Amino acid sequence: MELIVNGRKTFCYTAGKPFDAAKPTAIFIHGVLNDHSVWILQTRSLAHHGWNVLAPDLPGHAKSAGDPPASTEAACDFVLALMDAAGVDKAALIGHSFGALIALEAAARAPQRASHLVLVGVAFPMKVSPLLLEASQNDPEKAIAMVNTFSHSTLAPPPSSLGPGTWLYGGSRALMRRVLASNPRVNVFHAGFKACHAYAGGDAAMLKVTAPTLFVLGQHDQMTPPKAAQSLVRAAQHPTVVTVPGGHQMMLEAPEAVLAALREFLQP
Amino acid sequence: MPGYSDPGFDTLALHAGAAPDPATGARAVPIHLSTSFVFESSEHAAALFNLERAGHVYSRISNPTNAVLEQRVSALEGGIGAISTASGQAALHLTIATLMGAGSHIVASTALYGGSQNLLHYTMRRFGIETSFVKPGDIDGWRAAVRPETKLFFGETVGNPGLVVLDIGSVSNIAHDAGVPLLVDSTLTTPWLLKPLEHGADLVYHSATKFLSGHGTVIAGIVIDGGSFDWAASHAANGKFGELAEPYDGFHNMVFTDESTVGAFLLRARREGLRDFGACLSPHSAWLVLQGIETLGLRMARHMDNTAKVVEFLAGHKFVSRVGHPLLESHPSHTLARKMLPRGAGSVFSFDLKGSREQGNAFVDALQVFSHLANVGDCRSLVIHPASTTHFRMSDEALALGGISQGTIRLSIGLEDPADLLEDLKRALRAAEKAGA
Repeated sequence: MELIVNGRKTFCYTAGKPFDAAKPTAIFIHGVLNDHSVWILQTRSLAHHGWNVLAPDLPGHAKSAGDPPASTEAACDFVLALMDAAGVDKAALIGHSFGALIALEAAARAPQRASHLVLVGVAFPMKVSPLLLEASQNDPEKAIAMVNTFSHSTLAPPPSSLGPGTWLYGGSRALMRRVLASNPRVNVFHAGFKACHAYAGGDAAMLKVTAPTLFVLGQHDQMTPPKAAQSLVRAAQHPTVVTVPGGHQMMLEAPEAVLAALREFLQP
Repeated sequence: MPGYSDPGFDTLALHAGAAPDPATGARAVPIHLSTSFVFESSEHAAALFNLERAGHVYSRISNPTNAVLEQRVSALEGGIGAISTASGQAALHLTIATLMGAGSHIVASTALYGGSQNLLHYTMRRFGIETSFVKPGDIDGWRAAVRPETKLFFGETVGNPGLVVLDIGSVSNIAHDAGVPLLVDSTLTTPWLLKPLEHGADLVYHSATKFLSGHGTVIAGIVIDGGSFDWAASHAANGKFGELAEPYDGFHNMVFTDESTVGAFLLRARREGLRDFGACLSPHSAWLVLQGIETLGLRMARHMDNTAKVVEFLAGHKFVSRVGHPLLESHPSHTLARKMLPRGAGSVFSFDLKGSREQGNAFVDALQVFSHLANVGDCRSLVIHPASTTHFRMSDEALALGGISQGTIRLSIGLEDPADLLEDLKRALRAAEKAGA
């Protein structure tokens, strides 16, 4: 569905289900140069099992208008405004990579509005190498190839977003190209990486989070290896850590394990 | 894997889609000859049917062996996924039937395999889908053929048997300006020679019967989605692809472009096309194609080496009036082929004898290493004389329009020792000359 957030059209995937105020809400926040569709094998399931799902395309990405958030804090503003626009007081905040930093910041800024916090493929600090930062600005196709290599861990993934026969290296590359092309005004790739790189408030934010927190970490994640999440795990008041057999794009490489972790954690 | 790129072609040809079987340790891909797959629970069953979870239900829709083939060919083509089908024709039909219905229009190359030409010119027309045919090199003709109801551009990487090379970049630009995708039949070139998606095509299909399988043992097809075509944007601009960008009441009112930003075509093609039309591939056939693909790089290199030798030999023979291969400067696609197909333009081509229909027959009958049959892309060398077989009902005038003369011979160069192939051709050319004496 489309929401107007800060005066801008915002696309939110809901699995085709109408919003039901009586149900709990889960907000899924994607990472750099991704969109809502990376969550397909988690969102669709929750939406059909008792949850409202709101999986937005971040501003300036894919089907959402506006400028891409220039910082994690600005992206947090967007998420809280999205909740206001949807009439949601409290939600499970679920983020991947850059989206995990955004979810963390939101759960810290407004602890009363986060029923749960789920950080998938997270690291703090989330420093981006100078080479990758530079390439994302000046040679995005090279940077896409780098991210694609670092984000996948297997040549034989299980059935995934398109069912059996999905080739994730190709799918992730095509999605990154599509999202980059979706914004001819601003390089959302570079903007996203800059925001990750600059975010300094992770540990402090984690200390403020009161919601139970699930860390879903990819056993073979080269972008945000499990060890890079440990300072956040230590700072969390109520951490649960699940390691799944996948790389950074674990929602697609290990969809069943990520879904199982989510469903277990989000049980009422 | 080296650097910041996918693994290399031969590594993908051996490994993409397949890991040792976790249940048995089997290293080769198991053949899953099972119609159906057990659900973990009633909830799991419902979730699979509702696309909440990904997995196998019934082998008409998907099968673990076929899925390996689909991932592997996707990897080799640079696509996002694929659907294996009962034949190349089934892949073409599945693509058309997924993207359009009655009242739609296709712009296609004139240089098509006869079966594809039949499907478009006669059969789809009966179902209300019209096709305009354009010479592949007539770039303005492609643009001029577009109608408001056009949904697809379609051509072959190299036309059969004239080997006219499709300028995929130019034709795809025109298709995209018109808000439609370009589908390319890449059967004769395989991804080892050309990756159409890298040149601007959006969808690619193969008769996997030919070089992908490579051994003349199996009928199979596969269609690969490059994930490049923005169905939602095209639909928003001109209403062309409601099949993918509007709720579909035939499948839970799903909006396929919302479910997958880049893979809407494959979602509908599998969930509707395989479900309803049912032209699925047997897992055993999928395995045979996989077995072929494991050596695709090795075989294609040899196909090209042998083809170069045969082309050179025929081009220098006094009883041969024309050799239709882009290796030769005389071929209309010579320059384009050097640019797009630096490894070669395929091993299926035609040449003309200086002789009659009877001399053509004599040539074919005298061959001993080449097999006389109606296929291409086998590891064995093949020959056919179109005027007396595939096109025998056609008049000389009609044959000429198709670029075929009484003396036209089509060859598919295999993997035999090249000296034996040349010797066989020499003997047969002598026999043909004698038959005209």
